[in-house]
Amino acid sequence: MPLKAAVITFPGSNCDRDMAVAIEAVTGATPARIWHGDAQLPTGLDFIALPGGFSYGDYLRAGAMAAKSPIMRAVVEAAERGIAVLGVCNGFQVLCESGLLPGALMRNAGQRFVCRTVALEVGNTASPFTHGFADGEVIRVPIAHHDGNYFADTATLDRLEGEDRIAFRYAEECNGSQRRIAGIVSENGRVLGMMPHPERAIEPAAHRAMGSADGRRVFENLVGSLISA
Amino acid sequence: MKVRILVRLKPGVLDPQGRAVHHSLDGLGFEGVNDVRIGRLIELDVAPGTSQETLKSMCEKLLANTVIEDFTIETLASDNAGECA
Repeated sequence: MPLKAAVITFPGSNCDRDMAVAIEAVTGATPARIWHGDAQLPTGLDFIALPGGFSYGDYLRAGAMAAKSPIMRAVVEAAERGIAVLGVCNGFQVLCESGLLPGALMRNAGQRFVCRTVALEVGNTASPFTHGFADGEVIRVPIAHHDGNYFADTATLDRLEGEDRIAFRYAEECNGSQRRIAGIVSENGRVLGMMPHPERAIEPAAHRAMGSADGRRVFENLVGSLISA
Repeated sequence: MKVRILVRLKPGVLDPQGRAVHHSLDGLGFEGVNDVRIGRLIELDVAPGTSQETLKSMCEKLLANTVIEDFTIETLASDNAGECA
């Protein structure tokens, strides 16, 4: 059975189409496109993606308004039922603001928008999104953000490390994130938030333009885990 | 009823914006600036009698991110006395 996915679009999302194209390219199934004002998700979903962008113009704080939108109540409920959720860039900010992931994403320490392809160290190989990677493997994925500086208190950071929940770390410091955190997973591993854009590194053309097609593997891992489940 | 909410980064949380502004003040030749921290001022006009508890809940649920920010709530006394019609 094909994977049943949904991509949420908030006003100001701008990577929702890329996300939908990436999901379709890897899974072969067209994801449902859901608007932020919808109160319900389609039934029988396997996977929900929160795309990058500038939802609600980053008003108040990046992701803060989107986290309170009607559809997010349904996404939180779905995540609590164990449905896989991926938040990329602004989607990661929304996941933190909604409480599905701990911590917060602040303005980059260098104050500048950073946009380049970076090396990431894989730190978790147990989640549906990362099980196909080798521990410590280095992959390359593009980043493009102004507010990607991950912050959490020391106790939370220690817990994330202790529970192997740091999915990806920047191989080199690039935005001031504590412990070079680029992506984390929830306690049950089924919610992944990451600042880098795997959906932009899917096809051979992306490999030529962005220097990597490693992002594809995040989606392939997910498909693999859902098929074997 | 007018309420003024001040949202500030917690002490110890790095404030890149504040640091950049500090740098600019130094560049303009202002001496003796030891630190700059940038926060957010939110003014609400709410129904008379809105409880402190409700206001606190607004801050915790939306207006502030308590992972990185503290907030203070100031209820302004008579808000129409000095206003021009």
